[in-house]
Amino acid sequence: MVGFNVLVVVCVLYVAILFGVAFAADKRARDGRSQWLRGPWVYTLSLSIYCTAWTFYGAVGYAARSGLEFVTIYLGPTLVMVGWWWILRKLVHIGRAQRITSVADLVSSRYGKSNLLGVIVTLLAVVGTTPYIALQLQSVTLSFAVFASEGQAGFELPDLNATALWVAGGLALFTILFGTRNLDANERHNGVVTAIAVEAVVKLVALLAVGIFVVWGVAGGPSEIAATIDASPIADWQMNGSRWASLTFLSAAAFLTLPRMFQVLVVENVDERQVATASWAFPLYLFLMSLFVLPIAVVGLDILPEGSNPDLFVLTVPLHFEQEGLAMLSFLGGFSSATSMVIVAAIALSTMVSNHIVMPIWLSVRHQGASMSGDVRHLVLISRRLSIGGVLLLGYLYFRFSGGGAALAAIGLISFAGVAQVLPALLSGIFWRGASRNGAAVGLVAGFAVWAYTLFLPSFGPAGVISPQVLADGPWGMGWLRPQALFGVEGMDPVVHAIFWSMVINTGLFFLFSLVSFPSPLERLQGAQFVNVFEHSGAARGWAQGGVQAEDLLVMAQRIMGGSEAQALFEAEAAAQGKDGYLPDTSPDFIERLERELAGSVGGATAHAMLGQIVGGTSVSVEDLMAVADETQQMLEYSSKLELQSEELTRTARQLGEANEKLTQLSIQKDAFLSQISHELRTPMTSIRAFSEILMEGGMAPADSRKYSNIIHDEAIRLTRLLDDLLDLSVLENGQVNLNPQADNLADVLDRAVAATTSVGAGTAIRIKRDPVREDVALFTDTDRLAQVFINLIANAAKYCDADRPKLLIAVSKRADRLRIDFIDNGSGIPTESQVMIFEKFSRLSDQAKAGGAGLGLAICREIMDKLGGKVTYLPGQGGAAFRVTLPLAPLVAGS
Amino acid sequence: MGKQVLVIEDEPNIVEAISFILARDGWSVGTHANGETATEAVLANVPDVLILDVMLPGRSGFDILQELRGDPATRTLPVLMLTARGQKKDRELADRLGVSRFMTKPFSNAEVLEAVRDLAGPTAS
Repeated sequence: MVGFNVLVVVCVLYVAILFGVAFAADKRARDGRSQWLRGPWVYTLSLSIYCTAWTFYGAVGYAARSGLEFVTIYLGPTLVMVGWWWILRKLVHIGRAQRITSVADLVSSRYGKSNLLGVIVTLLAVVGTTPYIALQLQSVTLSFAVFASEGQAGFELPDLNATALWVAGGLALFTILFGTRNLDANERHNGVVTAIAVEAVVKLVALLAVGIFVVWGVAGGPSEIAATIDASPIADWQMNGSRWASLTFLSAAAFLTLPRMFQVLVVENVDERQVATASWAFPLYLFLMSLFVLPIAVVGLDILPEGSNPDLFVLTVPLHFEQEGLAMLSFLGGFSSATSMVIVAAIALSTMVSNHIVMPIWLSVRHQGASMSGDVRHLVLISRRLSIGGVLLLGYLYFRFSGGGAALAAIGLISFAGVAQVLPALLSGIFWRGASRNGAAVGLVAGFAVWAYTLFLPSFGPAGVISPQVLADGPWGMGWLRPQALFGVEGMDPVVHAIFWSMVINTGLFFLFSLVSFPSPLERLQGAQFVNVFEHSGAARGWAQGGVQAEDLLVMAQRIMGGSEAQALFEAEAAAQGKDGYLPDTSPDFIERLERELAGSVGGATAHAMLGQIVGGTSVSVEDLMAVADETQQMLEYSSKLELQSEELTRTARQLGEANEKLTQLSIQKDAFLSQISHELRTPMTSIRAFSEILMEGGMAPADSRKYSNIIHDEAIRLTRLLDDLLDLSVLENGQVNLNPQADNLADVLDRAVAATTSVGAGTAIRIKRDPVREDVALFTDTDRLAQVFINLIANAAKYCDADRPKLLIAVSKRADRLRIDFIDNGSGIPTESQVMIFEKFSRLSDQAKAGGAGLGLAICREIMDKLGGKVTYLPGQGGAAFRVTLPLAPLVAGS
Repeated sequence: MGKQVLVIEDEPNIVEAISFILARDGWSVGTHANGETATEAVLANVPDVLILDVMLPGRSGFDILQELRGDPATRTLPVLMLTARGQKKDRELADRLGVSRFMTKPFSNAEVLEAVRDLAGPTAS
C-alpha cells in the first residue's frame, strides 16, 4: 500500500524535477540557446494549462453526473483554435506589437490606456480566479486524502487544511522563484513555460494510462466498454440544447479571456507561427484528454460502491484494482494539472495587480514625478511577489471558508462565467473602432454585477450571502429580482440563466454607451492601432515633438528596465539616428518606442502615465487623427510608401548634413589646434623669458632669485609635459604606436592606476569604491596603456568632482564579449552639450589654472582605447560624471 | 605716488613677472584674473594704463576691450593687449576694436616697460 509519506516524498521529488527543468530552461534562454523553447511544441503544450485539475479529475465526475455534457468544456476551445484562429492570431499580433502584459493591460491599452479599465478587469480576474485556485487546492488535498483513507497501516488521516496550506505555500515559492526572476522585456517566463510543458505531458500520459487500463485491463476491450456504456445510466442522458450551447460558448469565451490562458496564449508567445501549429495540435491534445473520460466514468460507476465521489474515479479506480503504480501516476497527473494552473494564474494575476493597482497608486503618491530616485524595478518585483502571495492566500482562504464541498465542475463554470465578462470589450476592441472606454467600463461593471448576483453569491449556499428566502422571492419581496429568475424568466438552468443575462446586459450596455459616448483622441488612436494592427503597426503616434531631454528619459528607463537594457536601447536608437553615444533625439517615434518597451515591464497605462509626467502630457495632433481617419487600404499603402521614402530622405539628409558639419568642423579644428598649440607653448615660454631676463640683470635677494629660478624650472617642465602629450597623441593618431600586449589581471591594472593617482596628486582626497570579485578578469592587452587611461579617468574625477565628499565608483561588468569598466563619481556631472566635446583636444571645461593640464588627457584616452580595440565614452544619466571604458574580452591579436 | 597700471591676466607666473618689472620702475600695479568681472574692476578704479590678456577664463579680452571702448570713462584709456596666439587676424581684430598697442607673448621685459611708459606718457603730462 502506498503510504502517505511515500506520496509526500514522490511529490517533493516531482517538484524538485520541475524546479530543475525550470532552472535549466531559464539558463538556456539566458545564454541565448532557446531554439527549441521557441518552437511550437512547448507553446502548444503550455496551452494545456486550460486542462486543470477540474478537467483531469472533474471531467470524469462531470460525465458520471451529466453524461456527455463534459464535452462542451473541450468543444469551446477546439472551436476557437480550429475555426477562429485568426482571432487568436490578431490577439497575438497586437500583444506583440503593443507589448501587452495581461488581459487587463490589453483592455486598458485599447481604450486609451485607461487605468480605470485596467483596475476593473484586474478585480474581475482576481474575483473570478480565486475560486478556481481554491478548486485546485481542493483537488490536490482530496487526492491526498484518497491515498490516506486507503491506507490500512493505521496512520492518521492528514489534516486537509494543513495539506492545502503546504501546497499553497510551495506553489507560491515556485511561482515567486521562476515567475518574478526579472522584469523581462515582454514578461516571458521560459522556465515556467517549460515546466508547464513537462506537466502537460505528465497529465496526458497519466490520463491515457488510466484509460487504457480501464478499457483493456478492466473491461476487456473497446467493444466491451461500449456495452458497459450502453448499460450505464449515462446512456439515458438527454441532451439539453440550451445548456449545451451556453456551456460551449462559455468555455470558448473563457479560453480567450482567462488571465492564465491569455498569459500563455499571448504574453508568452514568441512567434506568431506557433499559433498555426497549435491550432491543430492543441485540439488533438484536448481530444486525447477526453478520449477515456466516459470509459473511466462508467467503469467507476459500475465497480465502485454507491456514493463514491465520481470526481476522484481517476484515482479510486486504479486503487480499487490494487494498481498502486498507476494510481501514483494518476495522482501526479492531477497534481501537475493543479500546480501548473495555479502557477500561471498567480503570475498573470500578480502582473495585473502590480501594473494596474500598485504602480498607479505608487505613481500618484509620489507627486514629484517619474524621474524619481529609487529603483522602480525593485518595487515592481516586490509588488509582484507580494501579489503572488496574496493571490494564493486568497485561494487558500476561499478553500477554507467555502468548505470545499461543492462539486468541482460547478466552481469551474462559475469562474468561467465571471472572466467571460471581458469578452465583449475584448473582441469589440480588436474589431470595432467605435468601441469606447465608457461602453467597456459600463458593460464590464454591469456584467460583473449580474454574474455576482445570479451565480457567484448564490454559490456560497443557503448559509452564504444570499439567503434561501431572497433566492425564492427576490430581495425585499421583489419577485422580478430573484437571483435565478431575473425579470420573471423562470425555468432556466441557473448557469444558463446567469450566462444569458450577464452577457446580454453586458453587451447591450457596452454597445449603447459606445454609440452615445465620444472617445478621446488617444482612444481613437489606440482603437485604430488595434483594429488595423496588420495594416499599419506603429504608424500613428501619440506623442508630440517636445523639448524633453533624452537624459531624463534614460534616467527613468534605467530605473524600470535596468541599466544595461536601457543603455542598449538608447544606444541602438542613437545609432539608428546616425548618432554616437547614448542620447538619441527624442523624436515622437522614439518616445513611442520607449513607451512600448516600458509597457512590457509595467503595463501600458502606467508606462504612459510615467512618460506623460516627464514629457509633459500628450497631445495628439490633427495630423495623427487624420492618419487614423484614412480608411482605405490604398491610402494606407501609399502613405506608408511615402513615409518610407521620406524616412530614407531624412536619413540621407541627416548624414549629408553631418558630413558637411564634420568637414567644416575639421577645418575650424585645424585652425583652432594650431592657435591652441601656439598658446600652450607661448604661455610657459613667456614666464621663462621674463624671469630669465630679470635674473640676468642680477642684484636680487637670494630668496627672490631662488623663487624665480623655481618658476622657470616648473614652466620648463610644463613645456616638456605638453610636448610629451602632443607627441603621444600624434603617435597614437597616426597609428605608429607599438602595443605591448601582455597577460594581466584587471584588478592589478586598476591597483596600479589607483596607486599612481594617489601618490602623485596632492589633492586626491576622493574615495574610491571597488568590487574585487568582479574585477578578477584575465586580460591580454597593452596593460600599461590601459593603466594610462585609468589613471587619466581617476585623476580627472579627483580633480573635477565637486561633491562635498567626493566618491568614485569603479564598476566592472561583462556584456556579450565585451568588458565594461565604469568610472562614476558623485559630482554634478558634465552638461549634455559638453559631453561630446570633452574628448576633443585642448578642451577644458573649467579654467586652466585649476586643471593644470593642456586638455589632452581624454583625447589621449580615446586614442589609446581605439588602438586597444575598445572605446571610452561618456555615460549619461548616472548622477555624476561617468565614463565607460569598453574592451573586447577576446585577446588582442599579438603584434597587430 | 606712481602711476597706476592694471594687469588683467590669468597665468599667475606672468602676472608676477609683469608686476615685478613695472613695480621696480615705480608703477603702482593692480592685478585681476577673471574675465567675467574684468570690466567692473577697470571701471571701479580706472588706471592710467591697462594690460589685457586675450584668453581669459569666462570672457575673452576682445569682448572686454569692446565694452571698455563703448564706455565714456574708458574710451581713451591706453590698452596694451598681450596674446599668446599671435595670429594675424587676432591683431586685426584688436586694431578694429581700438587697441592702443598689441604684443605677442613671449615678450622682452624692456619692450613691455617701454610700451607702458609710452602709453602713459602723453596723457599724463
